[in-house]
Amino acid sequence: MDYGLLFIQTLNGLQLGLLLFLVASGLTLVFGILDFVNLAHGSLYMLGAFICASLTYLTGNFLIAVVLALPATGALGYLLERFLVRSLYTRDHLDHVLATFGLILVLDTLTHLIWGPAGIAIPLPDWLDGQVEVLSGVVVPTFRLLIIAVGLATAAGLFWLVNYTRLGMLIRAGASNRTMVAALGIDIQTLFALVFALGAMLAGLAGMLVAPITEASIGMGNNIIITAFVVIIVGGIGSMKGAFVGALLIGLIDTLGRSFIDDLFKLFVESNTAETAGPAVSGMLIYILMAAILAVRPQGLFPPKVR
Amino acid sequence: MKRLITAALAATMLTTPALAAEVKIGFVTTLSTGAAIIGNDMKAAAELAVEHMGGKMGDLDVNLIFADDGFKPETGKQATDKLVQQDNVDFVTGYIWSHILLASRKSVLDAGKFLISANAGPSQVAGPLCHKNFFSTSWQNDSTTMAVGEVLNQKGVKSIYIMAPNYAAGKDMVAGVERTFKGTILGKDMTKWGADAQLDFSAELAKAKASGAEALFVFYPGAAAGAFIKQYHQAGLKDVLPLYSAFTVDALSLPKLQAANFESVLGSVFTQEWDPSLDNPANKKFVADFKAKHGTYPSFYAAQSYDAMFLIKSAVEAVNGDLTNMDGMRDAMRAVKYDSVRGPYTYGVNHMPIENFYEREVVADADGVWTTRVVSTVYTNHVDPYATECNME
Amino acid sequence: MIGFGKSSWVTLAIMAILLVLPMVFYWNGNTFYLSLATRLTILAIAAVSLNLVLGYGGLISFGHAAYIGFGAYAVGIPTYHVFYGGAEGIATTNGLFQFGVAVGISALFALITGAISLRTKGVYFIMITMAFAQMAYYMFLSIEEYGGDDGLVIEVRSKLPLVDLDNPMELFVLSYVSLVVAMLMVRTIIHSRFGMVLQGAKGNNERMVTLGYNSYLYRLVAFTISGAMCGFAGALMGNFSSFISPEMMAWSRSGELMFMVILGGTATTLGPVLGSAVFIVVEEFMSSYTVYWHLPFGLMLIGIVLFVRGGLMGLLVGKGR
Repeated sequence: MDYGLLFIQTLNGLQLGLLLFLVASGLTLVFGILDFVNLAHGSLYMLGAFICASLTYLTGNFLIAVVLALPATGALGYLLERFLVRSLYTRDHLDHVLATFGLILVLDTLTHLIWGPAGIAIPLPDWLDGQVEVLSGVVVPTFRLLIIAVGLATAAGLFWLVNYTRLGMLIRAGASNRTMVAALGIDIQTLFALVFALGAMLAGLAGMLVAPITEASIGMGNNIIITAFVVIIVGGIGSMKGAFVGALLIGLIDTLGRSFIDDLFKLFVESNTAETAGPAVSGMLIYILMAAILAVRPQGLFPPKVR
Repeated sequence: MKRLITAALAATMLTTPALAAEVKIGFVTTLSTGAAIIGNDMKAAAELAVEHMGGKMGDLDVNLIFADDGFKPETGKQATDKLVQQDNVDFVTGYIWSHILLASRKSVLDAGKFLISANAGPSQVAGPLCHKNFFSTSWQNDSTTMAVGEVLNQKGVKSIYIMAPNYAAGKDMVAGVERTFKGTILGKDMTKWGADAQLDFSAELAKAKASGAEALFVFYPGAAAGAFIKQYHQAGLKDVLPLYSAFTVDALSLPKLQAANFESVLGSVFTQEWDPSLDNPANKKFVADFKAKHGTYPSFYAAQSYDAMFLIKSAVEAVNGDLTNMDGMRDAMRAVKYDSVRGPYTYGVNHMPIENFYEREVVADADGVWTTRVVSTVYTNHVDPYATECNME
Repeated sequence: MIGFGKSSWVTLAIMAILLVLPMVFYWNGNTFYLSLATRLTILAIAAVSLNLVLGYGGLISFGHAAYIGFGAYAVGIPTYHVFYGGAEGIATTNGLFQFGVAVGISALFALITGAISLRTKGVYFIMITMAFAQMAYYMFLSIEEYGGDDGLVIEVRSKLPLVDLDNPMELFVLSYVSLVVAMLMVRTIIHSRFGMVLQGAKGNNERMVTLGYNSYLYRLVAFTISGAMCGFAGALMGNFSSFISPEMMAWSRSGELMFMVILGGTATTLGPVLGSAVFIVVEEFMSSYTVYWHLPFGLMLIGIVLFVRGGLMGLLVGKGR
């Protein structure tokens, strides 16, 4: 076994996991508190990437662009909540799914119309564009370390927000008993709008962080949204801790699976079959994990206590 | 299917006049999703070709109908069915993707129409599934990467690592380089393709580097090219693991890469049957007018689409617009009676071009715009390896 | 309940239009609309089968596209072996065998995955059914021999007694008859004691359990029947398109089936049919005008959710959900 490679792949898995966490944390907040199934959450991830790409070319600096794009994505989320999502709270989950699927189509096509089909490459400042030698002989792109750092910092910030602030208290209260919070005289509409905007910002941030690697491209959100749903289901809907553990678990399994499963397969089958079957089987891994967890714990790993 | 087609033909005979004053050409390509960047380039080139023809093929007006394949074999087949059944086109052309061509070919050929691939060249249609009414204005998939293999040998590279998407063309491209490369292949990754293609290659790049290979060979067409080259650049592999590619660095990815200043691409090596700098009158006119109209260099997809339109024109004119004369049109196409932008070529038994392949490199033109130029000729009049498997009636 | 109300007349009228209109087009020389109608009819069978669990049972399955894939591969794989050798045991173009396998495999998959999935509730159920379908999707993706991601061209259609599937009109009529049978089957099921329990469990599961019904078992049987019906639709789909790719099993396709049911109106006999008809016709109409057709299409979906309660059936018959 090549331990250097294992170390790098673990870092890669961590990076994917933290990106997933950013998307899933917003999803689980919206789902857990607003009881709203938002398939279009991935579109906010995509919009974050495109807005950031445009701002990078406008300002000439990726980091400034991120700082500007974050409130822009949040505002977009706020507007979506105000003009569409709000009127859907009283409906059942099926209506949410249908409406937000429609929203995905609308937002994807609008993005195509505004930014063109090509996708946008985002240049990084020089100090982020290089590599760092983390161990002797183990070199990682600097930017990927930044993603890990930002992901961990955001996770810490969210834990602080949810557990130690008044807003967090309301969020936790709202997740377990919505009517009670409303009865206490809290402006529930503003709370919901804020939560939705926060979720949009988190998804947007993930999009901004991934764009310098994979480019901002149409449909990028649809690839991650299903995985993000898997994360929150595995973790338990509404649980921030569950989203974090689930995201890391799935990020690591997916990356390590892609990296090592064909070597594992080669022990049993001919090498060509292993190389082509490997990616497909590793794609299956996260769903197998989810089905297994739900079969044993139908409410996910960390179900919120009162529901 | 046969009966469906006969029924369709009988039906259209009743409703349309026997001699049409136009030639209908269906053009199937990707116009939605990120891959639309390729489709739009092909569309622009096909339209430019019609413009250069003055909208006429002989006495017939050109009616060019574009259809979107949505980057999915099933949708591509549906689009093809519609062109054949509803629009009753005389020719179907386009097709970026090998798997979409494979899914759609039966719909066209069973209806007795001509199918001209302007890009995809899966091994199957060059070999066992070859057909008298199928022609290509591009290449058989393996050929371009066989040339990469030769270049690797020439440069004395002893070992490589391979990365390609896991679909029909990806497999052919890999087979091509494996066929000619004489060193060892230390590892291979076939990644998920399609509308939800894998775009983060961190795990694969780490494996490639750990394998200790001397060079990296990749095939990532369209939107994935930019993502790949960026990550290759960020991983700092330029000096450790030199890049050899096919269909990855092209006129579609270069403007984006230049805008983001990814200089890693400048030293990389790749091969192609066409280049904007090829010195022949047809190519000069094509490249100059395309640039004047769209402000960018045309891609090889565009060049092949432009050629496909002129190949069809040569067939229509050879039979004086009698579109029922299939044999006459087929013979004309076989003889290659038009000026291709790649220069002269001929058709092999399987109707795949017998053509040259060039080693190319990225350079900045007089205006500082990144483009490509020919370094050397790797193959002269190359015959694809599947021609022997073709048994055309 | 069985009496002829307004909704029954609407049902009869729309079913008649669905039968006659494509034929008129066909005899006027337009084959394309017949194929459109055939595709629509086949998807309607799938939607009707989904409605049994989704509409009447309240079990939101987000994985029904998998059964369409199983059905189509049950046609494609035996035919593939007839042409390219190997696996003599299953190499055949016999339609009875292929349709039998399609229904059998689908029922088995539904039984096994249903047994696990039905332990969960609500959104967890939605996502676990999706997970199982994704597993099936990745499985077919990984089988190199049957084309993997590239899909499999089905060289010849199933050989059935009485009908010739190569004749587009006969294929359409078979699909149409299958649709009518499927609708009648679902109608019979929901009006039986079995169906009452199923619907009762949707409204108040605890009560059904208290009354001594094992609602888990009732649901599992319904889920299995639904899967089997959908697999049959898949076998028809394979014959119709002569091509199958794993993409037909992806989650977005399961989503589309759900939307057809919701669009038409859940827990109604005609709803799923109406939903698929409108979905397919509007998609076809819009996409022939612009490649940006997803924009008006998406707006339409949102509009229907916001302003039309109970789907199109609600709009036609004027009955809220």
